[in-house]
Amino acid sequence: MVTLKSLPEEELFLAGSTACAGCPSSLALRTAFKALGSNTILIVVASCTSVLQGSYPLSAINLPLMNVAFATGGASASGVVAGIEALCKRGELEEKPNVLVWAGDGGTYDIGIQALSGAAERETDFIYVCYNNEMYSNTGTQRSGATPLGAWTTTTPGGKAQHRKDIAQIMIAHRIPYVATASLAYPLDFYNKMMKAKSIRGTKYIEMLAPCPPGWKFPSSKTIEVSRFAVQSGMWLLYENENGETKFTSGTKNIIEGKVKKKSVKEYLEMQGRFKQALASPEGEQAEILLEEQVSDSIKRLHGFIPEYF
Amino acid sequence: MSDNNKLDYMTSMSRPGKGCAGDTGEWRVFRPVKDDEKCNNCLICWVYCPEACIEKEGQVIDYQYCKGCGICAEECPTDAISMIKEVKGEKS
Amino acid sequence: MRLLESGNHLVAHAANVAGVEVVPAYPITPQTQVIEEIAELINSGKMDAVYIPVESEHSACAALVSASLTGARAFSATSSHGLAYMHEMLHYAAGVRVPVVMVNVNRALGPGWNIWCDHQDSISQRDTGWMQVYVASHQEVVDTVFQAYRITEDHSVLLPMMINMDAFVLSHTYMDAEVPEREEVARYIPRFVPKWTLDPRMPVTHGSVVYPSDFSETRQSMQIGQEHARVVIKKAADEFRDMFGRWHGDMIETYRADDAEQLIIAMGSLASETKVAVDALREQGKAVGLLRVRFFRPFPIEELRAECEGREDIMVIDRDYSYGMEGALFTEVKAALYGKCSAPAKGIVVGIGGRDVTYELIARLAEKSRKGELEEVTWGDTQMTSSHAVTLECLDDFKKILEHPGKSN
Repeated sequence: MVTLKSLPEEELFLAGSTACAGCPSSLALRTAFKALGSNTILIVVASCTSVLQGSYPLSAINLPLMNVAFATGGASASGVVAGIEALCKRGELEEKPNVLVWAGDGGTYDIGIQALSGAAERETDFIYVCYNNEMYSNTGTQRSGATPLGAWTTTTPGGKAQHRKDIAQIMIAHRIPYVATASLAYPLDFYNKMMKAKSIRGTKYIEMLAPCPPGWKFPSSKTIEVSRFAVQSGMWLLYENENGETKFTSGTKNIIEGKVKKKSVKEYLEMQGRFKQALASPEGEQAEILLEEQVSDSIKRLHGFIPEYF
Repeated sequence: MSDNNKLDYMTSMSRPGKGCAGDTGEWRVFRPVKDDEKCNNCLICWVYCPEACIEKEGQVIDYQYCKGCGICAEECPTDAISMIKEVKGEKS
Repeated sequence: MRLLESGNHLVAHAANVAGVEVVPAYPITPQTQVIEEIAELINSGKMDAVYIPVESEHSACAALVSASLTGARAFSATSSHGLAYMHEMLHYAAGVRVPVVMVNVNRALGPGWNIWCDHQDSISQRDTGWMQVYVASHQEVVDTVFQAYRITEDHSVLLPMMINMDAFVLSHTYMDAEVPEREEVARYIPRFVPKWTLDPRMPVTHGSVVYPSDFSETRQSMQIGQEHARVVIKKAADEFRDMFGRWHGDMIETYRADDAEQLIIAMGSLASETKVAVDALREQGKAVGLLRVRFFRPFPIEELRAECEGREDIMVIDRDYSYGMEGALFTEVKAALYGKCSAPAKGIVVGIGGRDVTYELIARLAEKSRKGELEEVTWGDTQMTSSHAVTLECLDDFKKILEHPGKSN
C-alpha cells in the first residue's frame, strides 16, 4: 500500500518555476511525475502550465515536453502515440514511454473537447490530465465551461448564470477504460489513480480540481484547504470509473460511509472571494441552493441514489 | 546580425533546470521556519510543497526558491512550521 | 510498377513507397480518394503505416506535427476548407520545423459550396512558412512526393512542404504513371534522421514562452531554411533525373521559351493547358513560350529575372485572387522583376471555382496581351448570365420587404 514515505523522492518538477505561490498545477505536476517517472513524453496544452514551466531558454520540467496549440491536446497525443508505434516497428525503442497530456479546463471543456473526444474514440493509448481551475486562468481568469454557477470571473462579473459542464461524465460516455477525478488534498488517491492509469492500455482521463489562489480569491496558503473543502462539501466528487463501473474513493467515500461529516456548500463558497458577490446578493441564497441540489444530482447520477450522509 | 550561419535551424528549445524564474525566494513576504522538535517527519509538508522546495530527507527547506506560499505551515499537523515575516537582506 | 490510376490514388501509392509511417488525415472532397486508397493499402498489408482517422483537419495537422517530432516520417492530404481549418497549425508546423509533406488538392473556398479547382486555398497559406510546389501532371505528383521528402528532410531546410494538385483535372482523371519500387525510392530518400525528437533520454522543452529578445531569430532562421531550399530543390531534381530518368523542372519549368518574345507564366494544370496554347500560337508563327512556376515558396526570383529579361510581353495567369489587390502570382512575379526587368506584364484571372479554361481562351488572351489590348488585370472568363439574374431578382424582392419593415407586402 502506498504511503507518503513510499512516494518516490525524485523531482521532475524543478524548483524556481514561474508558477504563482501556492499554484495547484505545479503541485499536481509534481505528484503526477512521481507516478509516471522519467520515461514520459509530456504534451502541454496552452494554459497556465505553458507559462509556469518558464520561458526560453530555461524549463522547470525535466521531461521531453512539447507545448501545443490550445485546441490540440488529444490530437497531439494521437500523433505522438502513432510516432512511437512507428519507432517500435523500426526496432528503435526499447521501452515505450508514457504519453501524458496536461491541459486546463479551457483546453479540455471548451476549445479542446473535440480533439479529446476524437482521441478517446480512437482508443489512443495515453493519459489525459485536466487540471481544472474552473476558468481561463492563464489569460486572466475569464469564464469557461467549467465555471460553476454564481462564480465571479472577468467575463461573468455578475456571477455565472449557468451551471458547469461535467467532462468526466462525458468521458465515461466515450467508454474509455479509465476515468477518475482527483483533488490535491488527497495526494495518495491521485498518485494511485495515476499509477492505475499508467498500467491500463487505452485512453485514460483524470480530472484534478485545481483551486487557483488569484482566480478564486483566497490566500495562497489555503490551496490544499480549499481542495479539501471542495471534496468535503460534495462540490467535487472523488471517484474512478473502470470499464463502466464507478466507485467513490478517498474523501468522498469517507463521507458516504459516514466516517467524515459532509460540510455545507455554503462553507465552501465562503472560503472563496469569487463567490462573495453571489453570497451577498438576493440571488446568492438561490445559487447556494441550486449548487447543493447539483451536488445531490451528481451523487445520484453516479451512485444511483443519494446516500444518507449526503 | 553578424553571424547568420548560427541562425540555421534556430528553434525554441529550452533546457530543464532549477530557478528558471530566477531566485524565486526573493518573492517571499513571509518565510516558513521549521521547529525540528515539533516535527514528526510525517512528510505532509514535503508532499504539499507546490515548488518542490522541501527535501524528503529531513524536510530541509530550500530558501533560494521557496516562494513563501504558506501551504506547508497551513497543513503541518503538529504546527511545526511558522510563517515569519521576511526581513530584507536576510538570505537564509 | 506502371499504374493506370487517378491522381489521388497515385498520391497514395507514392506515399506508400516513400516509406511514410504516420498518416493523420480527414476526408474532404476532392481529396478523399487519397486517404481511402491509403486505408485500403494498409488494410491489405501493402502499406506499413499508421493511419490516424482524426476528427478534423486542425487535428490532422496537430497530429502530423507531433508524429514528426517523435521521429516518424509523416504525411497528410487535404483541400480547400480543410486546409483553411488547419491554418493555425500550418504556422505551427513551419515554426516547429517539421519536415512533413502534405498534398493539397486545390479547390475553391465557399460560400457557395464549390468543390472544383482554383488556387485560392493554397495561395491563402503562402505566408505560413511552408514550401509550396504546384504540379502539372500525374507523373509529376508521384515524383514530387519523393522530391518533397528529399527536400524537407535535408538538415539545411527542415521545413514542411505542400504539394498542390488541381482538383478533378489531376485528382480524378486517370493516367498511366510509373511508381518506382520502395527499394529504389529508399536510395533516393534514406531514413529520416531528425535534428531533435521528443526523447526521454534527452529531455528538452519545445515551444514555451519566447520573449521578444529571443523570438526574431527563430523567424529569420525559417527564411534561411527557405533560402537553403532553393539549392536543395535543384539538387533534388537533378538527382531524381539521374536516378529515375524523369525531369519536371526544378524551381520552374520552361516550354519553348528560348526564343520566345512573349512568355506566359502559369501554375498547375493550367500550365499544361498553356503548353497546348503555345503550340497553337507557334503554328501561327507567334514566338510564345511558357514559364511554369513550379515552386511558389520559395519563390523563383532569380529564375524569373533570368527568363523574363529581354522579353516583349509577359502574361501571368492566376487561378486565385487576393481581393483588394490582384492575382497573387501576378503580384509576386512583378515583385521579383521590379527594378530588374522592364518587360511589360499583364495579369489574367481565369478558371475560378473550376470553370473550364481552354487553350483557345489562353491563346486569345495572350494575343490581346501581346498587342497591348489588355488592362493590367483582366478577369478573363467572367460574364453575367440568366443564372446570375436570379440573385438580382431576389435582391429586388428583398428590397421591398426590408426597406419597409413591419409592412406586409
